[in-house]
Amino acid sequence: MTSAETEYQHPLMKAYWAQLDTRFKQVEDVFEDLMAEALAILGREELHHYLDAARIIGKLGRGVEPMLAFLEEWPSVVKALGEARTAPLLASLASPQGGALPASGRPVDGEAVLPDVMAFIMKMQKSPNGKAITPFLQTLAPVARKLLSREQMAIYLEIARDLMDRTTGSVHGHHTTFPSPGLPWFYAQAPFLLSQLTLAGLKNWVDYGVANYRHHPERQEDYFNLQSADSKAVLQRERHGTLFADVERKLDLYLRGLWNDSDHLVPYSTAFDELRKPVPYYDKLGMRIPDVYDDFLLPARPGGEDTRISGLDRYRATLAHMVGHRRWTTAQVADNWSPFQRMAVEFFEDCRVETLLCREYPGLKRIFLALHPQPREGACDPETTSCLRHRLAMLSRALLDPEHGYQDPTLNDYAARFHALLAGGPADTAAVADLALSYVARTRRQSDQFAKVWFEDTVVDYRDDNRQMWKFIEEGDEEDAFDEKRKIEPGEELEGLPPRHYPEWDYKSQTYRPDWASVYEGLHPRGNGNHIDKLLLKHAALAKRLKRLLDLLKPQDKVRIRFQEEGSELDLDVAIRSLIDFKGGATPDPRINMSHRTDGRDIAVMLLLDLSESLNEQAGSSGQTILELSQEAVSLLAWAVEQLGDPFAIAGFHSNTRHDVRYLHVKGFSEHWDDEVKSRLAAMEAGWSTRMGAAMRHAAHYLGARKADKKLLLILTDGQPSDVDSQDERLLIEDARQAVKELDQESIFTYCISLDPKADEYVNDIFGRQYTVIDNIQRLPEKLPELFLALTK
Amino acid sequence: MSSTDKEQYKVRKEPYYQAQGNEVALFEAAYRNRLPVMVKGPTGCGKSRFVEHMAWKLGKPLITVACNEDMTASDLVGRYLLEANGTRWLDGPLTTAARIGAICYLDEIVEARQDTTVVIHPLTDHRRTLPLDKKGELIEAHPDFQLVISYNPGYQSLMKDLKQSTKQRFTAFDFDYPDAALETTILAKETGLDEALAGKLVKIGQTARNLKGHGLDEGISTRLLVYAATLIKDGVNPVEACQMSLVRPITDDADIRETLDHAIDATFA
Repeated sequence: MTSAETEYQHPLMKAYWAQLDTRFKQVEDVFEDLMAEALAILGREELHHYLDAARIIGKLGRGVEPMLAFLEEWPSVVKALGEARTAPLLASLASPQGGALPASGRPVDGEAVLPDVMAFIMKMQKSPNGKAITPFLQTLAPVARKLLSREQMAIYLEIARDLMDRTTGSVHGHHTTFPSPGLPWFYAQAPFLLSQLTLAGLKNWVDYGVANYRHHPERQEDYFNLQSADSKAVLQRERHGTLFADVERKLDLYLRGLWNDSDHLVPYSTAFDELRKPVPYYDKLGMRIPDVYDDFLLPARPGGEDTRISGLDRYRATLAHMVGHRRWTTAQVADNWSPFQRMAVEFFEDCRVETLLCREYPGLKRIFLALHPQPREGACDPETTSCLRHRLAMLSRALLDPEHGYQDPTLNDYAARFHALLAGGPADTAAVADLALSYVARTRRQSDQFAKVWFEDTVVDYRDDNRQMWKFIEEGDEEDAFDEKRKIEPGEELEGLPPRHYPEWDYKSQTYRPDWASVYEGLHPRGNGNHIDKLLLKHAALAKRLKRLLDLLKPQDKVRIRFQEEGSELDLDVAIRSLIDFKGGATPDPRINMSHRTDGRDIAVMLLLDLSESLNEQAGSSGQTILELSQEAVSLLAWAVEQLGDPFAIAGFHSNTRHDVRYLHVKGFSEHWDDEVKSRLAAMEAGWSTRMGAAMRHAAHYLGARKADKKLLLILTDGQPSDVDSQDERLLIEDARQAVKELDQESIFTYCISLDPKADEYVNDIFGRQYTVIDNIQRLPEKLPELFLALTK
Repeated sequence: MSSTDKEQYKVRKEPYYQAQGNEVALFEAAYRNRLPVMVKGPTGCGKSRFVEHMAWKLGKPLITVACNEDMTASDLVGRYLLEANGTRWLDGPLTTAARIGAICYLDEIVEARQDTTVVIHPLTDHRRTLPLDKKGELIEAHPDFQLVISYNPGYQSLMKDLKQSTKQRFTAFDFDYPDAALETTILAKETGLDEALAGKLVKIGQTARNLKGHGLDEGISTRLLVYAATLIKDGVNPVEACQMSLVRPITDDADIRETLDHAIDATFA
């Protein structure tokens, strides 16, 4: 079939078809529809250019796809880029096409982009990247809808061109021969990327990929297809909006300062979960909030200004709401209520806590009201749709906003009753629940049962999911096992550096097994640092005692030595006194100078904690596990050392065969004893075995790098070195002993604090005389710091 | 014996002081028996104001010494000065107080070096004498003389704590920031600000006090709240007054500033 055989009735269509000059059957099939769309959007001049461009693309020799894609997408591109302009006239005057207005009077902005796009397509065509033309054209319209302006589009093209230039392969400086592996994927992902990133962010994301995977085609594909972990991580970092990571401390301070509350804040990702939008919530493990909030823009009511709520303020609203529940909400038994009733109770209770929050800080009201949707009265038709959500959202608005303007008498009645209830004081959850139930009963409609639910303007996104508001007498399937104790699973990814390999000493052959143990290191996960503060508080009396000891040890860096006959400075006080003595006729004291002496402590200390499974055992009759006692002891020690100002690091270790020795940093030398460190210490968990030698060598690797006169490695353990893959008991003991010797040669003093009452059998072999066995584990918290002080005196 | 003008040390106008407990009566009892008094508490919670108020109430002169770490014993006791034709003895503030029978108030005593604080020992027990070894004189303290010291246990470092031998010579008051209602009254009385506004200031103050230990060494003191109230009374916009007098002085930490600024906005909305 050829164009000659096709006969269009309309002369114009005929002309267009002739201009397109193509024989592709697929184009012919849809040509009329395409033209109908194009004619609706493009002016005459534009249409002319459009068809020209399509013809050129059709003749690139890339098959029908690029041409079809262009024909289909371009009108939308023009629409997207054109509509964003408010001054089409000015824009058209400034456009390269000159002053001629298109016949339709539509903006020509989209048109002005065409030469750029065509130039770019030709560039791709000439490079080995011709195959990427189709994906480029296919996503051009969604991209344009995200960018909305011609300038932005030009930047997008620039980024794409840059990516293409830099990743198109040339082997040994030959001519460019390999297509860029990531480019098609990049185009495919571009709409999603632009929904998450600003153009600057996109540029950074691309730069990172190019810089790291330029010579690695497969990894490059993964990166630009958003398959690799770091690709997602960089995306996360560059996202627009207020990132949780950037404001974490502010939020923590906000909770503490304004609400006298604090908890572990845990972000959840919002980027990759399009279907199931997660909602904030809190439970025993902390408060869960989104990892990013965009600024929220509330369009102005007529005559007013737009309200902008910053991402930070949205976070604050979310947290404040949760705090409200934590303060004032008591859990209700849910079993006897229907889901509708529960929903109503939740809406009422949410409003109650928000009202109380606003009493505390009136300024919150502005934020809540801006973020709360304003459902339009009568927007939902109760004949066809379930309007329960709509009714409740309206009510919720009315309860918070005195200027709601709703006419519904029932709604106004309940708003008044709600305010009357709260007028006398905070009331309680049960009281508003009664009100809510009566409201549901009063307004119930048959249509509430309909499957078609009205959702528009009913979601209050700063409110949590209210899971703490309900308790169930019967265990239903609704409940999730949130509070189950976490167990360390083998194979759980430790985020950190690649492994380091250490040799292990084989005492039978008296040789090292080279690169035998693989040590993975990483930061210890974080928990709730308040826990540690509480522990310290518990030991306040002990801390006071320690403080006195510390006082004596505390170095005074520069010590003034007075009354010297010769010294570096004149001691004015003494000099005048001597002069007075002299004038008064007495013998003056000739020792009128002073000098300085540095009196510093120069000792670097590393505490290595055995985190093996046996720490989970109970310590005597105290009801505490050895782990908990260790936590207390380490907290006190860390606090004490911080007071002294010695460089001090804490790390934990455990192992699961020689292939997986984990070394977890709790506190680095350069870190202070702050909330961050405390939170890591609080999250300490025990599991697996004790491969001590490898951990000691790794600790020495850090300690050895310190510039200190004296280096001390403290090892806190509750048993002998062992591991599941080592049958011979002696082997790891001998290896640890060898490690101690090695450390000795690096002038690192090793000292062991053993909690194993039977330690005498082996600890002597490993550490010589450098150990203490603490029999009464319950006294560990006071023993450990004292021991440290005695050692370093 | 002394030509010092006793009147100049008198507190003439009643300093406003709102008691938090029965400290006024207790202080009076201590004074009746001439027991030395130690006043502890965070900065700006009213320690000095309390002492001033008591001096006024008892009608005794008050000599205040702000201690610093370069202060020597002779700065307290007195020293010889050089003159053209010899030397002349000049009494230090402590000596003057002991001679004229004043209340001697050593503010932030721990700032002074430890050897300095020892000179007050003989004045604080049954002896009530002050030996001037350089001059070869032993001063019997005037019957009205009383020693009051103050310090802030909060921000002092380990190195700066009083010796036990010093501590054990004093009776002590433990001060803290007053509770919200009382502090509101204080602000209102001190500056004439209305109670509602004063209550808001107090709320901001408590926000900062909650942050102590998390980036703030010390919360917003009552003194700063009084500054803020004074500014507001003078017609300054409350938000700006708070930023100027409550936030900017206490921290340079951007996160804390932002949190406190937010608290101010939220409170004054």
